[in-house]
Amino acid sequence: MSTDLTRKTADELARSLSAKEVSSVEVTQALVDRIGAVDGAIHAFLHVDAEGALATAADIDDRRAKGEQLSYLAGVPIAVKDVLATRGMPTTCGSKILDGWIPPYDATVTAKIKAAGLPILGKTNMDEFAMGSSTEHSAYGPTHNPWDTTRIPGGSGGGSAAAVAAFEAPLAIGTDTGGSIRQPGALTGTVGVKPTYGGVSRYGLVAMASSLDQAGPVTRTVLDAALLHELIAGHDPMDSTSIPDAVPAVVAAARRADVKGLKIGIVRELGGEGFQPGVEARFTEAVELLTSAGAEVVEVSIPSISYALGAYYLVMPSEASSNLAKFDAMRYGVRVPPAGVDDPSAEQVMASSRDAGFGSEVKRRIILGTYALSSGYYDAYYGSAQKVRTILARDFDAAFADVDVLVSPTSPTTAYPLGDKLDDPLAMYLGDIATIPANLVGIPGLSLPVGLAAEDGLPVGLQFLAPQKADDRLYNAAAALEQLLEQKWGGTLLSQAPELEATR
Amino acid sequence: MTVETLVPFDEALTRYDPVMGLEIHIELNTATKMFCGCPTEFGAEPNTQVCPVCLALPGALPVVNAKAVESAIRMGLALNCSIAEWCRFARKNYFYPDMPKNFQTSQYDEPIAFDGYVDVEVDGETFRIDIERAHMEEDTGKALHVGGSTGRIHGADFSLVDYNRAGIPLIEIVTRTIEVPPEKAPAVARAYVSYVRDLIGGLGVSDVRMDQGSLRADVNLSLKPKGSTTLGTRSETKNVNSFRSVERAVRFEISRHAGILDAGGKVVQETRHFQEDTGTTLSGREKSDADDYRYFPEPDLAPVSPSREWVEELRATLPEPPAVRRARLQADWGFSDLDMRDTIGAGALDLIVETVGAGTTPQAAKKWWLGEMARRANETGRDLDALGITPAQVAEIQGLIDAKRINDKLARSVFDGVIAGEGTPEEVVVARKLEVVSDDGALGAAVDRAIEADPDAAAKIRAGNQGVAGALIGAVMKEMRGQADAGRVRELILEKLS
Repeated sequence: MSTDLTRKTADELARSLSAKEVSSVEVTQALVDRIGAVDGAIHAFLHVDAEGALATAADIDDRRAKGEQLSYLAGVPIAVKDVLATRGMPTTCGSKILDGWIPPYDATVTAKIKAAGLPILGKTNMDEFAMGSSTEHSAYGPTHNPWDTTRIPGGSGGGSAAAVAAFEAPLAIGTDTGGSIRQPGALTGTVGVKPTYGGVSRYGLVAMASSLDQAGPVTRTVLDAALLHELIAGHDPMDSTSIPDAVPAVVAAARRADVKGLKIGIVRELGGEGFQPGVEARFTEAVELLTSAGAEVVEVSIPSISYALGAYYLVMPSEASSNLAKFDAMRYGVRVPPAGVDDPSAEQVMASSRDAGFGSEVKRRIILGTYALSSGYYDAYYGSAQKVRTILARDFDAAFADVDVLVSPTSPTTAYPLGDKLDDPLAMYLGDIATIPANLVGIPGLSLPVGLAAEDGLPVGLQFLAPQKADDRLYNAAAALEQLLEQKWGGTLLSQAPELEATR
Repeated sequence: MTVETLVPFDEALTRYDPVMGLEIHIELNTATKMFCGCPTEFGAEPNTQVCPVCLALPGALPVVNAKAVESAIRMGLALNCSIAEWCRFARKNYFYPDMPKNFQTSQYDEPIAFDGYVDVEVDGETFRIDIERAHMEEDTGKALHVGGSTGRIHGADFSLVDYNRAGIPLIEIVTRTIEVPPEKAPAVARAYVSYVRDLIGGLGVSDVRMDQGSLRADVNLSLKPKGSTTLGTRSETKNVNSFRSVERAVRFEISRHAGILDAGGKVVQETRHFQEDTGTTLSGREKSDADDYRYFPEPDLAPVSPSREWVEELRATLPEPPAVRRARLQADWGFSDLDMRDTIGAGALDLIVETVGAGTTPQAAKKWWLGEMARRANETGRDLDALGITPAQVAEIQGLIDAKRINDKLARSVFDGVIAGEGTPEEVVVARKLEVVSDDGALGAAVDRAIEADPDAAAKIRAGNQGVAGALIGAVMKEMRGQADAGRVRELILEKLS
């Protein structure tokens, strides 16, 4: 029974819960047990709150028994990336500098999850301050890919993706600054969505790059993603960049799942050289499935995409260098006195604390960003990057004038072995080449698992992109493709994943 | 610390021309902070007015206080500035323990208000001060250094930080270069700060209290040799906290710079602190051109784009500018230039306005506030508006005089009583039995006794020398403890001795 429960989708669980076929405590306990059994091999979680999750579950069961009106997902457990503030629960951002910090407040996303009655299983592992594409930059050790535990799960949201892929949680929250939801989604065979920038509140999301960060769902199905998307989205007066418009009807779009007459554009620049043949093959087959279902597929060009990676690696570290300045050991976080100094100044304490508290990738980006913003270089770097964003947005607008959605492989490669690119940051940065443009222009993107690469048997993701605020188009198209694929496979891709051996 | 040779002010001006720039920081009196909902009350227990946003807890985000934007626009309009149709906040990045985010959210190249001016008057001469910009920003927290003798960070045992002030909305008003006749520079600087205080005070958007730090002035000053057009290196004297100090700081810096330049030295670009007790400035942080704040547009905040309709609405509700108001009041009241200067100098303008509003003549109001009240303020070291008596009460007392129920002398006792908290003027008159006696029976008897007691005077009056009547009046008044109606007493004396 408990194995069954862990493998059910959030939608299935919600229906079972509402029909009182199963209790939230049973579901939550099953997942807590699963985490206990397999997380030693995966390390998806930095913090597990079994007690808190079970208490919420019991409360929801109680309220359901009393006949209270509950939200659709009430009682369905969820895992939250450790970059979102959770009141009373540790929040470290995968960094030593926040070791042991317990926020006194909830992020808006967390507050919405709590208000809807979803038991929070715990906080998931991530690259330190979301800087990385492999979750190897977590100060607490890497997460392993459930498909092959010698490989990375992608990053920075590797913990959230692995938790969902390893059946430790049916739902997870990730954050995506340059692909951190979609790329790990692709590498673990899960569905990952980056909503339109401003569609989900950033309040309480510890910022890496404010103008790029976006929280979103990580799930096993498109419908589950839509259900979670609707739950966390909406205008938030606490976030001045939050969109005031109504949330697009993503659940209805996921249920519609119809691509007949849909115009789909293949982005020419996101394929070919640098993309693994097995990835390209699965991508091409998926596009053929869409065509067979009545979609019209054309190739489109977005020439400025070749500048996106460069622009991203100027904007992101610039904003990060400023956002991370608050970690100065004055109000919270670890304080490390400088060695060999009797009477240290405040500045020396700040410096030694930051030296000890930040990892190498974080330091690298702070230095890059500080340089890019410094007087004399601002125009050449930050200023130029902002111009690229403007041009890129214009090019995407032009493309969306001709097609409804754009598609590309989500990641140029499948999951690579742990340690493979750790010493080559530039090679690792290339892993986000297909996902970064969406963040620079604020459009939504969704990664759907479309099969396993022939050469290594690892999951491949296909990315859908839609215009700003047209998130529903992603769900409609992805759900249609998902149905076609499941018919072909006779189930979800994840059901083909190797069984994980219990570690204790 | 090197001892600096100072060149006397007048002598310095024979060789150099001062160039000034003034920056005024004004804390707005909005109910909540610039980017969060925390209260802004002055003097609260440390760290009781803080939240995740103003403490910069990880993940917290700012949201602009619309009321602060409104205040900034009104201020900009009062300073004759243009109001930006679209502007943004920027981050000014630097590390300091009292600044929670380690960047200050400010405005950089896109201020809300720009290109304005004010006209200030010194000794009857008008000087136009050009305003470069007025921009919005947030205040920092406050560090308190405990231990050591100076209260400064050096030598302190430890430091405490109070973040209550962190995030309070500030407006910074920056002038363009001010070049006036050299000898007028200190007075013009003072007049400018004073004018801005009155202007902003009139808008009601700030308490503009220099003593509480809600108005802080920085004086930038450099000297250029006479005839030269190249600007010298400037010093920046921070947080000067009274009008008089602004004037003194300018004078001192002129003398100090001249001393350095005369000796062939170089003025260092640095922050300086004004010493209230000695009237001198002390070196603070050295500021180099290497200071790099790495400004960039604040990505967490939506741009500010006030509609033109709103700006015009705000313009329509601006109060009269201080200079216009003063000219109008002076004409209405028929005050001389000197009367007006004294009134303003004593800080009595608004008090007189209110006293007149409560039904007194301007002359009577002026007489009390600049005379009796100014004397009391002087003696007790208090401001006029802190004496414990209101304009309405002063007007009521004058009303009692006009009704001949008391006289000027008795009025002083009424002031004493009111200030001592004994009640309203009416209540004090009754309780202290201060009412003037004008009953002929009682007065007549007292007059008879006075005549009897001073036959010489009586004889002189009978002989037609009425000037001597004063002595007899004085005697009657003395007997009646000042409560006699002096006019009636005089009439009775003259009747009896005619």
